[in-house]
Amino acid sequence: MASDGTAKLSKNLLRMKFMQRGLDAEVKKQLEEEEKRIISDEHWYLDLPELKAKENFIIEERSFVPCEELIYGRMSFGGFNPEVEKLMAAMKSRSTTEEDEEADKMEADVSDEEMARRYETLVGSIKRKFTKKRDRSTMPEDRTKNISEPRAKKTFLKPQD
Amino acid sequence: FPLRRKRVLLLRGKNTEAMLDSFKERVGEVLLPGDVFSFESPGSESNIQDKVICGPGLRRNGDEILVCKSGILRHKEPNLYWIDSQQKRYVPAKGECVIGIVTAKSGDVFKVDVGGSEQASLSYLAFEGATKRNRPNVQVGDLVYSQFIIANKDMEPELVCIDSSGRANGMGVFGTGGLLFKVSLGLVRKLLVPQSEIVKDLEKIFPFEMVVGMNGRIWVKARSTQQTLIVANILESCENMTAQQRRTLFKKVAQNAS
Repeated sequence: MASDGTAKLSKNLLRMKFMQRGLDAEVKKQLEEEEKRIISDEHWYLDLPELKAKENFIIEERSFVPCEELIYGRMSFGGFNPEVEKLMAAMKSRSTTEEDEEADKMEADVSDEEMARRYETLVGSIKRKFTKKRDRSTMPEDRTKNISEPRAKKTFLKPQD
Repeated sequence: FPLRRKRVLLLRGKNTEAMLDSFKERVGEVLLPGDVFSFESPGSESNIQDKVICGPGLRRNGDEILVCKSGILRHKEPNLYWIDSQQKRYVPAKGECVIGIVTAKSGDVFKVDVGGSEQASLSYLAFEGATKRNRPNVQVGDLVYSQFIIANKDMEPELVCIDSSGRANGMGVFGTGGLLFKVSLGLVRKLLVPQSEIVKDLEKIFPFEMVVGMNGRIWVKARSTQQTLIVANILESCENMTAQQRRTLFKKVAQNAS
């Protein structure tokens, strides 16, 4: 079969990568064209007029809740269910303060004073972290003294008979 | 040519204004299904303030707004319009809180009857603190207070019992004891408006608890069965009463209760 030279290799075989080197230009071109045709045949598209995306200025809303500003549906009165009453109070305060909150959302939620107080303690503890254990005892004791004073209060008190 | 184009845009803008005016002058009037508000969409010059929000009872059809329920046209600033109508059939809407009855447990979802055309599904993971290991204790027949997360006319509605931050916030299984009954959707809305007069009058009678679902279901519980029944009966009779009649009724009940 192979000796008479007329035997042809299949197209699929010729398309393989290792066969590409030995191919002559004409066969290569033919194969490429065929491939292109297959791709374009398999490429589907919708036969539709182009959809024009228009900006809608009518918005639909299916619920009454935002229209009439309806409240949450769990209620309790006269201390019947304290859990629900707590929830009611929280919801109520949230709805009333919502407008106020929006106004001062941009303001800091930690006051400057509190920030300073936090940093004050932070400086000391970070400093202690970077000193060796041996040096800690020689560190200025002013802060640790402050802490130790309230701690002394917590000691166990023997009940008096 | 550029000049002409500009004039068209201006005209369109005027049409929108005319449309909004026609909306405004009909606020408070009775509208019927089939009424149409039509107006041309403004050009690219429109800004967000020009947007019209059509609430329940109105729907958009291209550049028109159709009325699809009969009732009174209501308006809220800036551009929110809706039809105030009376109905008993509940149609699920996204974000609304409803009282559902668990009807089936199937795999990882519960089927919940909410009174709509189709049963809603409720995932067992949509409860506070629920994980794959730790399933919530929900039985068939339980009442759940839950919120619609998916509700549209083409899909099965879906409920959750948590908010966006994963907290229950009063949602979930409830209702040991107590009484569940159905009222019209209009009465539910009357009960849920802020500073509702009915609720204000009711809370003076005696301590009780109430869960109101947007689907027209109300669950009440008081110290005793008699008191529960009194609250339920009062609420049911509030359906067709004027404010004057209601006040006399509450007076009578308050005398009997004390």
